[in-house]
Amino acid sequence: MDSIISAASVIAAGLSIGLAAIGPGIGQGNAAGQAVEGIARQPEAENKIRGTLLLSLAFMEALTIYGLVVALALLFANPFNS
Amino acid sequence: MYPDNFSSSTFTFLAEAEVGKHFYWNIAGFLVHGQVLVVIWFVTLILLLFAFLGSREASRIPHGWQNFMESALDFVTDIARNQLGESFYREWIPFIGTLFLFIFGCNWAGAVIPWKLIQLPEGEFAAPTNDINTTVALALLTSFSYFYAGLSKKGLGYFKRYIAPIPLLLPINILEDFTKPLSLSFRLFGNVLADELTITVLTSLVPLVIPLPIMLLGIFAGSVQALIFSTLAAAYIAEALE
Repeated sequence: MDSIISAASVIAAGLSIGLAAIGPGIGQGNAAGQAVEGIARQPEAENKIRGTLLLSLAFMEALTIYGLVVALALLFANPFNS
Repeated sequence: MYPDNFSSSTFTFLAEAEVGKHFYWNIAGFLVHGQVLVVIWFVTLILLLFAFLGSREASRIPHGWQNFMESALDFVTDIARNQLGESFYREWIPFIGTLFLFIFGCNWAGAVIPWKLIQLPEGEFAAPTNDINTTVALALLTSFSYFYAGLSKKGLGYFKRYIAPIPLLLPINILEDFTKPLSLSFRLFGNVLADELTITVLTSLVPLVIPLPIMLLGIFAGSVQALIFSTLAAAYIAEALE
């Protein structure tokens, strides 16, 4: 494999994870903060809030996972690896 | 060029992960990933065994296995009912429940059972859901079933939803049919593979104790992903039915 291609692939893999982690990080922080606020206001609704929070956290996590899939494709199944 | 094996130490061979290496079987001219099929059969057998044990001595007052399986059935029924509503959920319980139990079984089979004790000539036993073919198959099944749900309920009028609010949205509505299975399959595949890779990397750094919380997280994430996949499948079907 061309060394330029492998260097570019490794850098791109790192960038794809790192950039994909920014948005979901902010979103998950917001969601968790709001959930804590909700629990503090209504402690009796804790179970319901926790269930919804976990489900939505997993949805947000999926966005980072897309970046991970791109990174894995670059590292292990590189389409430019002739 | 790139390391196919993440770790080389003899102490950490139980946590190695191999990406892109498969134990190929040649069946009627098709190359299939044998290690995935074997684990899928194993999971299916376990599920069948549970179902058999649960329904063998069915009685009005459940105890033992029947109790356990009834609570599992209640759980998947709740998933279907919450998304599909009281009037439609009944006929979709088998599909949603099978999706949940199968993905749950696959994720846990990969996380709980030390498959590395069995050596393969190439590839390795792991969760079947860490192979993208498995997850794409499940996602396409979901696609077909929501098309079936919509077409059987509304006939050809189902396709009116493509120009639903305004005809201008036609391309986006068509695109949605492709992004749904794509996101479903990538989410499951990426999560399961990410868990295994994280455990592998941590184990190659510190072989003892430190990876344990991540393994627990992997078990937890496996069940959450199964829940999400089945919830989303139910939501897509509900969207086609409404």
